[in-house]
Amino acid sequence: MLDKPKTTTADIVKRCEDLFTDLTFTAAREWKAAKPGRIVVGFMPYYAPRELVHAAGGLPLGIFGGGDQLEVIHGDAYYQSYICRIPRSTIELGVSGRLDFVDGMMFPSICDVIRNLSGMWKLMFPNKGARYIDLPHNFEDDLGGEFYRSELKETCHWLEGMTGRPITDDALRASIAVFNENRRLIRELYELRSAEPWNAPSSEVYLLLRAGMVIPVEDHNKMLRDYVDTARQQTRPIKDNSRVVISGMFCEQPPLNLIKSIELAGCYIVDDDFILVTRWENSDVKLDGDPLKNLASAYLHDSKSTPPKYEPDEAKKGLYLVDSVRQNRAEGVIFAMTSFCDPGLLERPMLQTVLKKHDIPYIAFKYAENSGQMQPIREQAGTFADSIKLWSGA
Amino acid sequence: MTVITRPKAKPADAIKDASMAKQKEMMNAHYDRLAAAPETGEKVAATFVPGNLNELLMCFDLVNNLPEVNAIQNGLRRQSGSYVMEAEKLGHSEDVCTYVKSDIGMMAKGNIGPNGKRLPNPDVLLLSYTGCFTFMKWFELLRREYGCETIMFQTPYMADGKVTPDMISYMVKQLKQDVIPKLEKVSGVKFDIDRLREYLKKSAKAEDDLVAVLQAAKTKPSPIDAYFGGIYYIGPIFGAFRGTDSAIDYYRFLREEVELRIKEGKGPVTPEGDMGKERYRLVVEGPPNYTNFRQFWKMFYDEGAVVVASSYTKVGGTYDFGFRHNPDKPLESLAEYCLNVYTNRNLPMRVDMLENYVNEYEADGLLINSIKSCNSFSAGQLLIMREVEKRTGKPAAFIETDLVDPRYFSAANVKNRLESYFQMIEQKRGGLRGAA
Repeated sequence: MLDKPKTTTADIVKRCEDLFTDLTFTAAREWKAAKPGRIVVGFMPYYAPRELVHAAGGLPLGIFGGGDQLEVIHGDAYYQSYICRIPRSTIELGVSGRLDFVDGMMFPSICDVIRNLSGMWKLMFPNKGARYIDLPHNFEDDLGGEFYRSELKETCHWLEGMTGRPITDDALRASIAVFNENRRLIRELYELRSAEPWNAPSSEVYLLLRAGMVIPVEDHNKMLRDYVDTARQQTRPIKDNSRVVISGMFCEQPPLNLIKSIELAGCYIVDDDFILVTRWENSDVKLDGDPLKNLASAYLHDSKSTPPKYEPDEAKKGLYLVDSVRQNRAEGVIFAMTSFCDPGLLERPMLQTVLKKHDIPYIAFKYAENSGQMQPIREQAGTFADSIKLWSGA
Repeated sequence: MTVITRPKAKPADAIKDASMAKQKEMMNAHYDRLAAAPETGEKVAATFVPGNLNELLMCFDLVNNLPEVNAIQNGLRRQSGSYVMEAEKLGHSEDVCTYVKSDIGMMAKGNIGPNGKRLPNPDVLLLSYTGCFTFMKWFELLRREYGCETIMFQTPYMADGKVTPDMISYMVKQLKQDVIPKLEKVSGVKFDIDRLREYLKKSAKAEDDLVAVLQAAKTKPSPIDAYFGGIYYIGPIFGAFRGTDSAIDYYRFLREEVELRIKEGKGPVTPEGDMGKERYRLVVEGPPNYTNFRQFWKMFYDEGAVVVASSYTKVGGTYDFGFRHNPDKPLESLAEYCLNVYTNRNLPMRVDMLENYVNEYEADGLLINSIKSCNSFSAGQLLIMREVEKRTGKPAAFIETDLVDPRYFSAANVKNRLESYFQMIEQKRGGLRGAA
C-alpha cells in the first residue's frame, strides 16, 4: 500500500496564495452558500472583535484592500490624490459587486479616512450594515473598559439584527476559545520564524495570515498547525541575512513583492505588524465570567501597541519596538509606512527617536498597496542589510 | 480668461468693520496674556478648538492656548511655510497635517507667537480627542518636548448619527475621574461646579447671538460672509473667550452690527469695503486656505459671490440646531458639546447638514474646499459633493488647497475653477429660466 503523500509547506502556501489572489472571495461565498442563515461580516484592519461575528454564527471576512492586482476605476473617483489607497480599492471591491454577498462591514477606528469610510458605506450601500467600531483610548477598566464593553454589546445587537438570533454568553466563550487557539498557533508561527527565519520566510507567513482573513477560523487553525509542524521538519538553506523588524504595515497592505524584495535584499524579517488582528491579544482572553468584559479587558491591558492606539505613558512610548528588536535578536528596523498614512507617519519620528536612544539602526520608506517598482526598495533594504553587517557592533 | 495679478507693492490695509477690529483686539490681548504668563504666574493649558473645554479650564484659572489657532495666525502672517519646512527637516513627512508641522516648526524656532513674543510652555496638554485622529499624535509629539501632564479626553464618534446615554456616561466619568482631578493637581485649584455653571450660562448667551449672526445670512442680500467673515466671528467663541463676559459683549456687539447691515440692505464687509451686488450665494464645506486668505477671499467677492453658510464655522461647536451649553447639566453639557462638533458627525449627518444649508439659505450651490492636510474633513468629500448635488439639484464644485502650507495654494487653478463654477451656476439659472 502506498503512503498517503504528505502535505508540504509549498502545498499550504499554494492554497494561501490562491485565497490571497481571489478577489471575488470564492471560499467565503461557498461557506455562506453551504448553509442557509449564515452571514458574512467584513472588517478592515487593524483590529476587529471577530469573536462576536463567530459567536453569531457568521464568518468574519478581512477586507484588506485590493492589493496590486485590482484595477481601481470607480474608487479613485471618490478620493483626492492625497488620500491613501486602501479606501479606494475597498470602494472598488464594493462598487464592482465583489462584496455583494457580505451582510455587513465593520470599520475599526484606525484613522479619519477609515472612520469616514464607515459613513460613506452607509450612504453607498444603504441595504448593507455598516458598523464603526470605536476603540477606547482610556485604559481604565471602569472608563475605557466600560465604554468598550458597551461598544461590543452594541455590535452584538447589530449582528443579532442580521441573524435574528441572540448571541449567548456561552457562544461567545466558545468563540473566544477558538480564537485563543488561533492566536496561540500564530504566536508559535512567529516564534518559529524568529528562531529559524529561513524555514518560515515572511512572504509565506504573510500569506498564512492573509488566508486566515477569508476562511473559517477552525480551518485556519488546522492550516497553521500543519504549516508549523511541516516547516519545523524541513531544512532550507541558511543565508547570511540581517535580522530586521518591519514597522508600519498595520493597515494598508504591502504588495507581496515588497515583502519578497526585502527578503531578497538580504533581510530576515523576524517581527512585523502584518495583520495585527491575528495576534492582537498577547495571551489568551479569559474564558470565565462576562465574555464581553473579558474581551474589553484584553484590549485594554494585553494587546499590541501600534500607531493608531494612544500611549498614555510617555516613558513607554515606542518601547514596544525596542522590545521587539531585543526579543527577536533583530539588528535593525525598517519603517515601511503607507503613503499619506497619518497615524503611521506622525508616529514614525517618535519611534525613530526611541530607536536612536537605544542605538538601533533604522531606515524608512513609503509604499502603497499597488506599488510596482521594487528596485529602489530592494536597493535601500540591501544597503541597510549590508551596513548592519559591516558596521553594527563594531 | 483667468488673470492672476501679483501685487507689486504691499497690499492696502484691509478694511474692517468695528466688530472685526474688536475681535482683533481681543485676540491680541489674549496672546499678550499668554506671553506674559511666566511673569504673571498664570498656568497654561494647550488644547484643541474642536472639543475646547474653555469653561472647565477657567475653573482652574488656566489660560487656554490653541495650537491650531497659532498655526492659523502664522499662516495669515505668512510664517507657517518656513515652520512647515523646518518640521520636515526634522523628519516629519510631507504627507501629514500642516497644522502639526507648523506648530512643531514654530517650537523648533523658539516658539515665537504671532505677536512676536515667546509663547510659554504649557503646564498641561488637554488632549480633547474630538473628530480628528491627528490630535492624538500631535499631543504625543508635544508631550515629548514639554514633559508636562497630558490628559486624554476621548469623545466617541457619532457613527450612527446619534448621541447615546453610554457616550455621555463615558465622557462624564472621564471628566469626573480623570480630567478634573488632573487639572486640580496641575493648577492647585479645587474644582467648583458652581463656577462652571456660571461660565456655561455665559457661554449660552454668546451662543444665542452667534447663531443669530450666522443665520442672518438667510437674508437677501446676506449681511455677512459666513466663511471668510465667519472666521472672524468664530474666533472668540472657538478660542479662549467662550464663557466670558468679553464673549457676551462681543457677540452682542456683532449681532447689533449685523442687524444694522440688514436694515441698511448692505452685503458683507470685505477687505476692500462693502461688497457690491450679491450675485452668487454659496455654501462652503471645508476649512479655508490661510496663507493666501485675502487673495482667496478676493476671488469670491470680485465675482459677487458670498458664502451664506459653511461647515467650517461649526468645527468648534454646532449651535444652529439648538444645542446650547446648559448650566443645569454642566458636565453632560460639555460632553454633548464635544460630541456635536462638525467633524465628529458621521458622513450622512454632514450631507444632511449641507443639504439643509443649501435649501434653507437659498444657496446657488455647494463649493468644497478640500484641504490636503485634513483627512478628517477631506476623506469622503467627493461623495458629499455628489450627494448634496443629487438631493438639492444645485451645482457643486471642488477646489483643492491647504490650511497653512503655501506650496499647496495654486491661485490660477483655484481662480479658474471658481470662474467655471460661477458660469455653471449661470447656465443652471438660464436653464431654469428657459424651462419656466
